[in-house]
Amino acid sequence: MVSRPARLYIGLVVVLTGVLVTATSMAKIKGIWGLMPPAFTAPFATGHVPVSKPLIALVALVVLFLVCDSVDTPLSARQTKWSPSSAATLAAVVLLGPLAAAFVGASSLLSLRPKLRLPERMFNGAMHALSGLAAGGAYLAVGDWLKGLVYRHELAVYQHELAVYRHELAVHHQHDFAVRPQLEALLQNDLLALHRQWALVGLPNAGHFAIIIGAFAAAAAVHVLANHGLIWGIYRLNRGSGMLRREGLESSLPLLLASDFGYACLGLVIASLWHVMAWFSAALVLVTLFVARWAMGQFAEQQRAYAATMSALCQAVETKDYYTRGHGDRVSRGSVMIARKIRMSPARTEAIRFAGMLHDVGKLGVPTQVLQKTGQLTPEEFAAIQLHPMRGLEIVREIGFLYEAFTGIMHHHERIDGRGYPMGLAGHEIPEFARIIAVADAFDSMTTTRSYREAKSIEFALDQLRTGAGTQFDALAVEAFIAALDEERWPLPKPVRKPADPATVTVQDHDDPTAPLRIVDA
Amino acid sequence: MAGGTLAGHDPMAAARADPPRPPSYWQALDSGRLLVMAAAIMLVAAAFTGMAIQGHVRNVSAAFAFGGFIAFGEVLRLALPGGREAAPIAMVGAMAYALLIGLPTPGSAGQPFGPHINPNAVQVITVTAIGMGVGALPHIAAGRPSGLTGMCTRLITIACLAFIFRPLVPDVFAHLYKQGRPDLWELEFAIMAVLLLLGWLIETTVGALIRADDVGARFWVAIRDEMRLQWQLGLAVGASVLITVFATEAMGLLELAVFIGPLLVTQIAFRRYAGIRATYLQTVRSLARVTEVAGYVEEGHSRRVSHLAVAVGRGLGLPEPELLALEYAALMHDIGQLSLRDAIPGGATHLVSSAEQERIAGLGADVISEAGVLDEVADLVRCQSWPARGHDPAPPLGSMIIKAANAFDEMVGPSTDRHRSAAALDRMRQDPVAFDTGVVAVLAEVAGRRVPSRL
Repeated sequence: MVSRPARLYIGLVVVLTGVLVTATSMAKIKGIWGLMPPAFTAPFATGHVPVSKPLIALVALVVLFLVCDSVDTPLSARQTKWSPSSAATLAAVVLLGPLAAAFVGASSLLSLRPKLRLPERMFNGAMHALSGLAAGGAYLAVGDWLKGLVYRHELAVYQHELAVYRHELAVHHQHDFAVRPQLEALLQNDLLALHRQWALVGLPNAGHFAIIIGAFAAAAAVHVLANHGLIWGIYRLNRGSGMLRREGLESSLPLLLASDFGYACLGLVIASLWHVMAWFSAALVLVTLFVARWAMGQFAEQQRAYAATMSALCQAVETKDYYTRGHGDRVSRGSVMIARKIRMSPARTEAIRFAGMLHDVGKLGVPTQVLQKTGQLTPEEFAAIQLHPMRGLEIVREIGFLYEAFTGIMHHHERIDGRGYPMGLAGHEIPEFARIIAVADAFDSMTTTRSYREAKSIEFALDQLRTGAGTQFDALAVEAFIAALDEERWPLPKPVRKPADPATVTVQDHDDPTAPLRIVDA
Repeated sequence: MAGGTLAGHDPMAAARADPPRPPSYWQALDSGRLLVMAAAIMLVAAAFTGMAIQGHVRNVSAAFAFGGFIAFGEVLRLALPGGREAAPIAMVGAMAYALLIGLPTPGSAGQPFGPHINPNAVQVITVTAIGMGVGALPHIAAGRPSGLTGMCTRLITIACLAFIFRPLVPDVFAHLYKQGRPDLWELEFAIMAVLLLLGWLIETTVGALIRADDVGARFWVAIRDEMRLQWQLGLAVGASVLITVFATEAMGLLELAVFIGPLLVTQIAFRRYAGIRATYLQTVRSLARVTEVAGYVEEGHSRRVSHLAVAVGRGLGLPEPELLALEYAALMHDIGQLSLRDAIPGGATHLVSSAEQERIAGLGADVISEAGVLDEVADLVRCQSWPARGHDPAPPLGSMIIKAANAFDEMVGPSTDRHRSAAALDRMRQDPVAFDTGVVAVLAEVAGRRVPSRL
């Protein structure tokens, strides 16, 4: 399902990559942009150690890249996949230079994932090549700049020492013969030579490791940003704007970036190890990568299991009432839609998802006779219903949720005008979670069938919400919900028929704002 | 054993009916833990004395770099499933320091330490101990447990490695190096890999020793559990140590700063995994109480049944994954009652007809299998009403345990009165068809202890 603009975009990226790679390989600026290290161009550079078998190194890094790329890991149950292949590309940047990095990245074309189709392969290959090239450029640019900084700093130190020396000579009335200018020139040349004789590309030089680390950090950052920027572009074109938000990608983005940057550092570790064990360093690093992948996979699996168990338990709670089945799931969904619309933080969005799911769990503490009563409720029976948010809190209190999830469950029947229960809070005294859940709760109650009426239309329910905004509901939450419904389809449950077993039917719904509970006047 | 033969009035029964208080810190100290702590304290004392005699620190910058690394790793401890605690980054730092052969000097890569600059075993232990101590300070300041036992276990492991390896460095490894580069890095690699394996075995064994005492498991079961649960982390730590050692030898101490990035990401992955597992368990524990809030069963019933069931399972030598399934099943064993219109009086399921019991169990199992990921748990719940003997197919052990624990708790409740539990156990013994005799025997033992179990 590659859309037309996405095809264009892919084509653009591929062409851009091709042009840049050709241009750099033609230019071979300073001789170090090519695959071959500059040992051949600078024969007197004694401090520089090129990789002894560059072709073997290239093959080893391509293999490492393909292994990482072919077994990507889900970062969490619903969200993105992730692979630590950047380590291979960045190791190539240090050991062999930018063009080699682009080559390693382009090998993504041969990824062993069978599901990938040609446009996707082309895009992946071009994207990784481009990121590798950009990272290589950043590595050389920042590295040269740092080298210059260090050189100037050292020069200043030497000149200062020279000045002190000259001053001492003057104090002791000795003559500074004509040696001085020559000595100065000699020093400058020596320093320059010292910095020229080691190269950024090749086996990393232990004596200048701090410079290499600085340059590498820049390369890693550029790589991560280029990679995610290009992916973001294709997502946006393929699935429209707002997609990041809707699919919950936003919540995992910081973690994704941090993971990528952390594993990108492995590139420099591989390069350092190359001194000792050459290609075997890639194999050793792969062990740690696989353990991390195992842990991430376990996390995703547990998260899936957790969500499934939670929803199964909530359904069990709802079996008591035929008409409200699926209510928790839908309220959870609606609350999350509002939370995303008002740009709530990912952790809080996750908390409101669970709060919405569990908001009515305390109904179990209300005697069945009361829930299913046909006639008017006595004040005592109404009090029993009013207690259900507290009962819910009692059940979930020990779960390690955000505290706010509890406030959402406890206060989801408060009203803005202060006439709600259990505490009679008003306006902004009511926690934000509760104000949001209240809207989703009432909406779902109205749009589903009850024993005493058919399901109302979405438009009718939204009208009711608008009417109640400011008195019963929080106006902002209502507005956000209406806006979110414009973007996203609401999954209306299938219309239900009256069940054969009257034991599972309630005749009054405490959530329904169109049909308030009937209570005997005291 | 709290047998059923005790007779006569017990004047202390009323006093004992109080719920058991959690044991204080010193009461929780048992023989294995004490042994490990004593060994570690003696090691630290010996190392500090040794350092005092030596009078100076060899290679100060390396000592500070690795000490800081260890402290940092100790701050970022990792809670693993089952209430375990590990400090993988601290362990990587300490093991790498114990196995480090040399550092590059200006002008040449990888110079092995000579006899006078080689940090000896005494220094390695001292640096590790100080690093761990500093790293534990934030935990203590934040009011978290100090994790002393874990630190002692780690220190003993490091000490073993250091005592074996450090003396070899100036004598053996110096010859392996020519012109600043190991000629036979494969040999060095192999020796280190063997030592790391040894270190892992020591750490798991000591850990299992303490755990067996902690939760009342058998030692061999505990060792098997530790190995099964820790091998992935052990592998990651081992590979990371090798990487750290060789890369630091080539590039110097700055390499530690580079490698901390990937280590942190790996640690985060483990932390997230352990975190969601803990939340999962907490959620099931809490939601299992819906039957209590709804008035179907007595207050605290599911929690007590799960404690009993896990303790019995442990007594019968079940491995930890099965114990986890057993705990989930025991927590949710009454969930089928939610489908009943009216609660069974007193929640006493063992009093209603067996057909009805089986129907309720089946309803509960259906709810659980709805999740799609807990089929094993659903099976345990489904078979919980089957008699131990004469049923075809025979019920799984976990179901028999839940059946016994459930019946026991429905008869005894939160009371710890010995006569009441003795009478209940007697009744169960007289019905060997319904209740497995082996399970009841262990249950009697567990009921005699009545120590809340941990998982």
